[in-house]
Amino acid sequence: MFGVLRAYTLIALWQARPGLAGYDVTDAVTFCFVTQAFIGPMQLFGGGLNIPERIRSGDIALDLVRPASLQLWALAEDTGRAAYLFLVRGIPPMLLGAALFGIHFPADPGRWLAFLAGFAIAVVVSFGWRYLVALSVCWLLDDRGVAVLSLVLTTFFSGMMLPLHLFPGWLGDLVMVLPWAAMVQLPTDLYLGKAPVLDTLAFQALWAVVLLGLGALATRAIRHKVVIQGG
Amino acid sequence: MVRTYALLMWTWTRAAAAYPASFALMTVLGVFVAAMDVGVILIIFANTTTLGGFSRDEVLFLYGTSAVAFTICDTFVSNIDRVSEHIKAGTLDTFLIRPVSAWIQLATDRFVANRLGRVLQAGAVLGYAVVALSLDWGRAWMIPVMVITGIVIFAALWTIAGAAQFVLTDAPEVVNTFTYGSSTLTQYPLSIYARDLVSGVTYVLPLAFVNWQPGLYVLGRDDPFGTPGFMRFLGPAAALVLALVAALAWRQGIRHYRSTGS
Repeated sequence: MFGVLRAYTLIALWQARPGLAGYDVTDAVTFCFVTQAFIGPMQLFGGGLNIPERIRSGDIALDLVRPASLQLWALAEDTGRAAYLFLVRGIPPMLLGAALFGIHFPADPGRWLAFLAGFAIAVVVSFGWRYLVALSVCWLLDDRGVAVLSLVLTTFFSGMMLPLHLFPGWLGDLVMVLPWAAMVQLPTDLYLGKAPVLDTLAFQALWAVVLLGLGALATRAIRHKVVIQGG
Repeated sequence: MVRTYALLMWTWTRAAAAYPASFALMTVLGVFVAAMDVGVILIIFANTTTLGGFSRDEVLFLYGTSAVAFTICDTFVSNIDRVSEHIKAGTLDTFLIRPVSAWIQLATDRFVANRLGRVLQAGAVLGYAVVALSLDWGRAWMIPVMVITGIVIFAALWTIAGAAQFVLTDAPEVVNTFTYGSSTLTQYPLSIYARDLVSGVTYVLPLAFVNWQPGLYVLGRDDPFGTPGFMRFLGPAAALVLALVAALAWRQGIRHYRSTGS
């Protein structure tokens, strides 16, 4: 439903300015429905991880004494869920878009491969970000504030609302190098064949490594910081 | 009725004020979330001068009128979508035995005043658009009429969505698509949508009367879809019909409620 409305907005924009940002109208519609398919797997509207709840209930203490890394444990759960959600929540919107408006399906298997690789890294980047947001609850004790903040940053700066190429001037340059671009904009550009494959994947991987690294540091920090609630 | 509503609203506000920091934070963040929609409009118009034949300030005017009506409903009526939780948990029984209408109790259920921040934000956008467009004052009387029409239409939609929960029980997402989708749809000039969709929201679900038809009158524009001029003034009638449908649906819903018995 929201995808369809967004598609009409983008169509109107591209009719007013054909060829904007190097996309044609079909590219813009494809962009809309491919990004719509990302919402479930990458949990773009927040949530997915149950760490904030476990911090609040005190169960996190149990997780921290387990002989497995909390971060890897959560990552394994999250990628499993992402793969499932990609199939059940990702494919239907793309088919809907194809039926209503007609979207591009790349014919070249190389491009599919590049897209799937980009998508896989994007899921890890998204996990890295959400993991940091979740752990911040250890210090803040309430997850609602950061959840809304994360929602705004993620939906606006990832390309979920509008393609990042449309952002004017320095803002446009800035959003392209932030981690959120690696979640939605870049894998979609790989799908459309609008981005150099190796450079894009390397950039995404860089953010994945940085965010996972920060996550690992934060995991060590909470061992000293964790507040156990309840008895 | 109004007195009971105000009393319940005040009770919930006092409960929420027990956590002042959380309250302030949520007010500020609510404005941020709402500001995203304006951000999208501004970025679109950084790339183009017209969208569907309308200028930036005209689109902001349409956004503002729809958003003021919607955010007021979001504050004062939307709590009703929690009815599905109450049906599932069996707590709706207690609402029904109290000597106050169930609709009023549900509309104020866990009322939070922090959504008023969004009403202010929407009002500011509308105020800007009205000033920037230097509207014909002979036609500006329509603006309060359309905001009130919009409030009635959105409140009716939420009531119908709540009534649908009695049948669907566990599908708040489905009806949220319907209510929040209506808000998204009316933020842009309907001229960007397909003709069939616009006919649907004119003659079946009267969303076109929230801001599109009366907005065309205020802006002094002809309808790109060619509807006759008298349609611009049908908003209040359409809102009244929808409100009656909503009232009937709600009564049917309450009549068919079966407690989970727990």
